[in-house]
Amino acid sequence: MTKITMTVNGKSASGDVEGRTLLVDFLRNDLHLTGTHVGCDTSQCGACTVHVNGKAVKSCTMFAADADGADVQTIEGQANEDGSLNVIQQAFQDHHGLQCGFCTPGMVMAAAELLKNNPKPTEADIRHHLEGNICRCTGYHNIVKSIMAASGQDVSAIAAE
Amino acid sequence: MPKDSGIGASSKRREDIRFLTGTGQYTDDINVQGQAYVHFLRSSVAHGRINSVDTSTAATMPGVVRIFTGADFEGVGGLPCGWQVTDRHGQPMQEPAHPVLAQGKVRHVGDPIAAIVADSASQARDAAEAIVVDIEELSAVIDMKEAVKDGATKVHDDLTSNLCYDWGFVEENKGAVDEAFANAAHVTTLELVNQRLVANPMEPRVAIGEYNRANDESTLYTTSQNPHVIRLLMGAFVLGIPEHKLRVVAPDVGGGFGTKIFHYAEEAFCTFAARQINRAVKWTSSRSESFMSDAQGRDHVTKIELALDADNNFMAIRTDTLANMGAYLSTFAPSVPTWLHGTLMAGNYKTPLIYVNVKAVFTNTVAVDAYRGAGRPEATFQLERLIDKAARELGVDPIALRRQNFITQFPYATPVAVEYDTGNYVATMDKLEQIGDLAGFEARRKKSEANGKLRGLGINCYIEACGIAPSALVGQLGARAGLYDAATVRVNATGTISVMVGAHSHGQGHETAFPQVVAEMLGIDENMIDIVHGDSSKIPFGMGTYGSRSIAVCGSAMVRATEKIINKAKKIASHLLEASEADIELKDGQFSVVGTDKSCAWGDVTLAAYVPHNYPLEEIEPGLEETAFYDPSNFTYPAGAYACEVEVDTATGKVTIERFSAADDFGNVINPMIVSGQVHGGIGQGIGQALLENTVYDENGQLLSGSYMDYAMPRASDVPFFTVDHSCQTPCTHNPLGVKGCGEAGAIGTPPAVVNAVIDALHSGGHTHVTHIDMPVSPSRVWSAING
Repeated sequence: MTKITMTVNGKSASGDVEGRTLLVDFLRNDLHLTGTHVGCDTSQCGACTVHVNGKAVKSCTMFAADADGADVQTIEGQANEDGSLNVIQQAFQDHHGLQCGFCTPGMVMAAAELLKNNPKPTEADIRHHLEGNICRCTGYHNIVKSIMAASGQDVSAIAAE
Repeated sequence: MPKDSGIGASSKRREDIRFLTGTGQYTDDINVQGQAYVHFLRSSVAHGRINSVDTSTAATMPGVVRIFTGADFEGVGGLPCGWQVTDRHGQPMQEPAHPVLAQGKVRHVGDPIAAIVADSASQARDAAEAIVVDIEELSAVIDMKEAVKDGATKVHDDLTSNLCYDWGFVEENKGAVDEAFANAAHVTTLELVNQRLVANPMEPRVAIGEYNRANDESTLYTTSQNPHVIRLLMGAFVLGIPEHKLRVVAPDVGGGFGTKIFHYAEEAFCTFAARQINRAVKWTSSRSESFMSDAQGRDHVTKIELALDADNNFMAIRTDTLANMGAYLSTFAPSVPTWLHGTLMAGNYKTPLIYVNVKAVFTNTVAVDAYRGAGRPEATFQLERLIDKAARELGVDPIALRRQNFITQFPYATPVAVEYDTGNYVATMDKLEQIGDLAGFEARRKKSEANGKLRGLGINCYIEACGIAPSALVGQLGARAGLYDAATVRVNATGTISVMVGAHSHGQGHETAFPQVVAEMLGIDENMIDIVHGDSSKIPFGMGTYGSRSIAVCGSAMVRATEKIINKAKKIASHLLEASEADIELKDGQFSVVGTDKSCAWGDVTLAAYVPHNYPLEEIEPGLEETAFYDPSNFTYPAGAYACEVEVDTATGKVTIERFSAADDFGNVINPMIVSGQVHGGIGQGIGQALLENTVYDENGQLLSGSYMDYAMPRASDVPFFTVDHSCQTPCTHNPLGVKGCGEAGAIGTPPAVVNAVIDALHSGGHTHVTHIDMPVSPSRVWSAING
């Protein structure tokens, strides 16, 4: 077992992990941050996406020990300080960008990274950026629309509700 | 003006807050004090005889609590099948045993052989590797056509063959159908495959069994669309646990699409093992396990024929289908290729004579059962591909041929035993032509051609039977369950309301849409109403969510219960207002005496019900809580028309979806935003089936598409924005809300539209020898067809 310490959503967190313990399992099982989900075992689905030192990372593909000393952001740390939804989260609610909610934390974290680097992405930019995040419910229509809206673009011309 | 609350309003979803902040509670987020973890050792061969399972070394490994094998389940019930189909000769289907853990033989890759319970999940996995299984591998039967041949290897030694049933529908029509074909002016024939799919909700299945020895109660937390169905099947048929000692909880569930309807071995195991070791047992499926243990979908091989007269009127349809059941009969598997498929073969058309033959076949593959649409996509795909082919052979416009044969008079009794109550297929086609700008297609085609691409337009119409289902009818058809639903409306003293519903929400937004209905009926703020679902200890006995039934069946129960609430509340109000009950009117949350200025508020009445100081106790009981069960008198029949435009790169065979439009008639709509979202999702899955997804077994039964590395899930870049419309509304005539259901439409309506578009594109480029390409219409298949 190895003792690790990291900053998660601005707070120091530590624990003892086996070498094989994945970051996602440390977050879920040791820190009880169950908003980060596991949807596959081949690093394809992106439900486990978190930010490590500012970059979107699939936390099923990183050992917890490798995140020792890192700054980690998860879905639980995304809301505004008063608890209200942040711009991206609010856009997802406003535009029905989620259904079952299971892929949603990963989608929000992926979107946050995109908008940080590309504040006004095109539809094609968004679809390309979501290549590593699978949603089975929405057909992506309202996810793409939500991210465009979160970037301040007018989405009223995009068809349907 | 769009409404901002109540029926017809696009209320934002209240459940989104927890999902967007990581505070949802899915089954894997639940941990029970002291829980152990189970890992299933699964068969790596498709068919084999188990000679021995040596667990002696594994049992001594660190953290191992106990190892179970098939022997531990002797005397325990097997997993039951919930539907018995009767074949065309009046005989019941062949129904094999389905043990929780394999006994004697394994019959598909993934069949569970042993279950290792340990203190941690990793210890359980480690110990599984130390189990020595001696399996004598037998030849596997994978291909359905091979499986039904004389002398084929049998999946089940105790059955007479691999044929589960040979179903004819309607058997009495067969002679007349054959005669119509003999007299037809034109016959179009098509052979096709509706490939096997994996449902793939993003949340893998999870089960936690818990046992309380103090009161002999078991609790199962499970990823289910229908907790009461699981309680009934598992309690009564598998484990013999009385229902009052068994609680089934399905909390937040991350998508279902049918595959979380069924009762699975793993949840029975966890409940059983918890009682054995007096400790909670948790199982979390990996995605790899999902691929080999979740019931899969579709997998039909079909020949379909259409007879037309000299004026291009449809005279008769004849189909011949092999339907794969996999190795065992999953909960509702036999109903899918029969009653959910044959009954839809009329589609939107007045074809007077139809005969459907389905042979259901056992193979050494994962069980097949309902997946989004369940039987209806298979019916629609073959029918609509066939009509398109007929139009091409006859040289007529595919839309005109459809319009000519549309059913226009309702109610309409089909020759396949169902009666469509309402519909307007002309209206949805008109709407489609408008929203899809079909008039502009030729110009878009020219533009694509200028860019070196072929462009095609594919049309599809669909009808589905939803609002499942009238219990007496399905009982006659072989269902071993009723298909009503239930709701309890509990009004609290301060006027807020909890509605306990049998339907289960796993993405459909019930927590938002259901209160909109009650709010509309009572004239109060929808935020005063909460929905409770997913816990058998809290809700009335309901049958859950599938078959686009939630609002049509459970919503109707909720309306009936709310009507009872209103009736009683009016009695209380008449007492408070000292007026005749007949003169009391409820509007905007106020009870008033008609023709006077006397009124009292909703909250005054609810408070009086629970603080009955001034209350007609001699006439009515205190309290304000009502339950209703609703059993539908018919199915509902959503219908629509879809258009897809594709571009085909003939150099590579790559197909891209350029435009997609859907005009649906769902009857009345409660929340348009949610309904559009359901259609979007269905279209996404339909495009996945049409272009990408395929479940592939090799000839030995090895699952070659066992992960997202090999099974091509649709991604954001595979689809465009969709144009959807549900303004054509012919309300259902037999349920109180006039609703029809919208959950499966997209998955049913999309695949034929896409494939029809691809064929149209190829024909526009002169590749007229290509009359059909099986799904998924992958680049290699398109390229091969062109260059074939």
